[in-house]
Amino acid sequence: MMADSKAKPGLLLDIRNLRIEATVYPPGEAPKTITLVHDVSLTLEKGKVLGLIGESGAGKSTIGLSSMGYGRGGVRITGGEVILNGRDILKGGKEGFRKLRGREVCYVAQSAAAAFNPAHRLMDQVVEATLLHGTATRAEAEKRAVALFKKLGLPNPETIGQRFPHQVSGGQLQRVMTAMALCSEPDLIVFDEPTTALDVTTQIGVLAAIKDAIRDTHVAALYITHDLAVVAQVSNEIMVLRHGRVVEWGGTRQIIKEPRQEYTNALVSVHEIEHQEQKPGATPLLSVRNVTAAYGGGHVKVLKNVSVDIFPGQTLAVVGESGSGKSTLARAITGLLPPEQGTVTFDGRPLGNKLADRPKEDLRQLQMIYQMADVAMNPRQTVGTIIGRPLEFYFGMKGRERDKRVAELLDEIEMGKGFIDRYPAELSGGQKQRVCIARSLAAKPKLIICDEVTSALDLLVANGILKLLLNLQQHEKVAYLFITHDFATVKSIADSIAVMYRGEVVRYGSKSKVLMPPFDPYTDLLLSSVPEMRPGWLDEIRDSVTTDVAKMAEMSDERIRLASGR
Amino acid sequence: MSLVFRLVAQRIALGILLLLAISVLIFAGTQILPGDVAQAILGQSATPESLANLREQLGLNDPAYIRYFHWLGGVLTGDLGTAMSSGQDIATSIKGRLWNTLFLAFWAAIVAVPLAIILGLIAVRHRNGWVDKLISGLALASTSFPEFFIGYVLVYFFAVKWQIFPAISTVYDGMPFGERMQAIALPGTALTLGVLAHMMRMTRAAILNVMQSVYVETAELKGLSAFNVIRKHAFPNAIAPIINVVMLNLAYLIVGVVVVEVIFVYPGMGQYLVDHVTKRDVPVVQAVGLIFAAVYISLNIIADIAAIIANPRLRHPK
Amino acid sequence: MLDIKRIPIPALIGLILTALFVLAAIFAPWIAPYGNGEIVGDVWGPMSATHWLGTDNLGRDLLSRMIYGARVTLFIAVLATALSFSLGAILGFSAAVFGGWFDTLMSRLVDLLMSIPTLIMGLVVLSVLPTNLVTLILVMGILDSTRVYRLSRAVAVDINVMDFVEAAKLRGEGSMWIIFREILPNALSPLVSELGLRFIYAVLFLSTLSFLGLGVQPPSADWGGMVKENKDGIVFGIAAALIPAAAIAMLAISVNLVADWVLNRTTSLKGGRG
Repeated sequence: MMADSKAKPGLLLDIRNLRIEATVYPPGEAPKTITLVHDVSLTLEKGKVLGLIGESGAGKSTIGLSSMGYGRGGVRITGGEVILNGRDILKGGKEGFRKLRGREVCYVAQSAAAAFNPAHRLMDQVVEATLLHGTATRAEAEKRAVALFKKLGLPNPETIGQRFPHQVSGGQLQRVMTAMALCSEPDLIVFDEPTTALDVTTQIGVLAAIKDAIRDTHVAALYITHDLAVVAQVSNEIMVLRHGRVVEWGGTRQIIKEPRQEYTNALVSVHEIEHQEQKPGATPLLSVRNVTAAYGGGHVKVLKNVSVDIFPGQTLAVVGESGSGKSTLARAITGLLPPEQGTVTFDGRPLGNKLADRPKEDLRQLQMIYQMADVAMNPRQTVGTIIGRPLEFYFGMKGRERDKRVAELLDEIEMGKGFIDRYPAELSGGQKQRVCIARSLAAKPKLIICDEVTSALDLLVANGILKLLLNLQQHEKVAYLFITHDFATVKSIADSIAVMYRGEVVRYGSKSKVLMPPFDPYTDLLLSSVPEMRPGWLDEIRDSVTTDVAKMAEMSDERIRLASGR
Repeated sequence: MSLVFRLVAQRIALGILLLLAISVLIFAGTQILPGDVAQAILGQSATPESLANLREQLGLNDPAYIRYFHWLGGVLTGDLGTAMSSGQDIATSIKGRLWNTLFLAFWAAIVAVPLAIILGLIAVRHRNGWVDKLISGLALASTSFPEFFIGYVLVYFFAVKWQIFPAISTVYDGMPFGERMQAIALPGTALTLGVLAHMMRMTRAAILNVMQSVYVETAELKGLSAFNVIRKHAFPNAIAPIINVVMLNLAYLIVGVVVVEVIFVYPGMGQYLVDHVTKRDVPVVQAVGLIFAAVYISLNIIADIAAIIANPRLRHPK
Repeated sequence: MLDIKRIPIPALIGLILTALFVLAAIFAPWIAPYGNGEIVGDVWGPMSATHWLGTDNLGRDLLSRMIYGARVTLFIAVLATALSFSLGAILGFSAAVFGGWFDTLMSRLVDLLMSIPTLIMGLVVLSVLPTNLVTLILVMGILDSTRVYRLSRAVAVDINVMDFVEAAKLRGEGSMWIIFREILPNALSPLVSELGLRFIYAVLFLSTLSFLGLGVQPPSADWGGMVKENKDGIVFGIAAALIPAAAIAMLAISVNLVADWVLNRTTSLKGGRG
């Protein structure tokens, strides 16, 4: 813990013993009060950045918003003090909050696309707070906004303000929102996961722009995120939160390099899963050859001439950003989207183009796990039914024999037979995904397609799922087609890698070959955009790979525009 | 602007097409169904000769599609045919009645629409408070009350017990405006009450939906006052859904007119329709049914056009 | 399981009143103090110990008429609802699961039927059809099935694109399993609540038609018809017509309260079982 900082000069924000509660209304039950934040204290000096980090439910956004006296829904501050610029803002009442919001403290939301009013032009929204608080004339405010647009690397800074939110890309909107927060020259900005919704190559540009803007304007910031590698690039100090309590608070370098708490250590070392790459076998299990697929009767080509192989008991990771066609590849392999051209061969025999053409045995050999486990299971079936159905359907197992096998499978996914009568709604996110894994294992498949299976989960839970999948692969000799947007995951589990970009495989081979330079331009951009867990990475990468932030931003925005077909 | 224009033109064209389809449906509904019109008019005891005569007179021996085009051609040139029961020209009889019905519906709407929007805003302002609960309760009741229940309760108290307004709404040509307003006071109130609560509840839902969006939170976090958040950020986005609510309820009001006119013996389209359904006067039923459908479809088109014009994505395409 | 103590008071009132109406309808001949068509007193006699609700426009006991009227009203409304519901739900589900030309054809037809107010279409059709119970039930049921069709199709389409249904299709399950084991259990709650609303609509629609003289024909009478019979008394300050009208409102509110509760206690699809 930091020393008592009351005496420090230049203190901007001093939160003491903050306690935040909310009233929840569970369906069919009496309303109850839960505590979201327990006794949290923090201080922030002028011009410094404090990163708030934690998994979902850690209370990081709630704490961030409390510095503006704001609580979402039924959330309210029930204890402690929030001292900003020397006064307790909680004593100021509604009028006090209004004077402070948009003037002393501004907010940058996760989804800028939803945070801008669709009915007004960007410029009107950017200067609104400045004009409201009367700190500048309209002409001055607009001049300031244009300068900020320029600094943040937006294209056409003079005219972009005349556009409507829907006319601007997601990465650009996030920059405009940062400009909006900076425009009224506040003392503090709360950044709430500002780059989480963006693709990784877009994220790096926005992140660099935010970092520069903070440095040049000397504004202080609370930077909220779940991604330690991201926060390590922009903050001076990091506070790790869990279940609304402070786990650890210290300098960025100390938290990353010498974490003192076990939980922090787990977060820092989360990607260090060891997986020895296996050499490809003689004959592939699944062979995709020159597959082309399209939606809308051939109008929108989403897969172009794709060829990959998966070997028995091995993992092929397909990596790409949104719109790259990686999930479409899975749909083409499963027969949900019959390819227009090309063939898919499985275990030496060609697979039927359409789902309806495939014999039951082929369906059994090829199973699938989804990203959102909670909609991948029928909410009206018990875990026993969900896992038992494939046993009954493929192997004709009934009664006690089936129950016994379900119990074995529950053991394999480290859950135990106590869960057999539970419904999906009674499980945690990680448990749901485990049940989905058990359901696919029940069919005794040779290949499982994993479509972003960890991206909806918290870091540590996702890590547990990856370890489980690797263990199961060793025992059951099952092959995986692992679809993901996250290079860190790829490195942990893959034997071979296919990089996809706009429907094409741009790089393909064994893991060691794909990750070895020289790279093609896209893989280079993708690899260099993945934040690394060390302070100073962003500054290095910017100097070595792409010096011009604005250029990099344009490149990624242009790419997204092309990829989304607009 | 051209995109909006194209969409509006498309919507209107679609509406005209729909109206044509409806005319086919109404015609088919009255002509091809098992009941024979001539038999229905003359009753079971009619002689075969008189039946044949009437069929000839009505043109029932022509194929159905010829009769349809004949009818449609008439409708398009303003000739709605002749009533079988009275032999009068339908267009002439309808003119005054249509005006009476629109007069009644107009004044009911003038009262109901602003009242519903204001009460809806109040419900949002005090959501989950007693005002809001009261409004929800009234809405539940009003969807459960048949129009004639509201109508006769009004008559029982305002016309019979307290004798403030007439129980029977007689209007005639050249009637002074004040007297006319007094005559439609009770039917107008019955119509208003019929749609008010529902419209209120839908308005409330439309505004709440907008109030829960992230951009309203952004506005609050800029320090805007509650009033300005609603005025500058919620209202511009709530206009289209509110217009939609209003149009839907006006369409509902048109249906309510039928029953209310019968209750108060008001000489409008609704009463005219019901009278002639009882008399099985098919040409009248067809004509009046088509007019009601046209009004109903027009209101829906207006709602859709308002939604198109209010959408910034369509007004300022990429 | 359902615990009576946990049912909210409004829903409980709704349940009890609905049950009373149903019982009165079923046991009408045993409960009613007088016969349905029996003339037992003066025209529009006041409420008294012998005639609790007074007498009607012909001097028949109003209470007895009300009890028999419940029978007619509920009988027709239940049959019309059953027809509209089974027709709408079966067609809606099929359209959602099979898609293609069947879906397009059915959906356009329903759009067309719903572009005119139901009452107007009903009046147009009734102007040529013979007036009897079968016609009435068919017209009411078919016209109203359009709404059930829209709802069940929308619900089924929503569920049909969810990953758990896709998982079942990938497993190789047949249409029967997918409709009855995957989709139906998840569609039941919104449909049951809609059933209540459709029933209310049927009661109100029937009453309106009878009030206009186009529904149930004398000497038999439902509540709407009884309003018509006694409406002329209103101007003389005789409230007899208000009693059947109030009964319609009360039945509708009761069912509404129950339907509201059913809808509220069912959690969303993602939230699990209700």
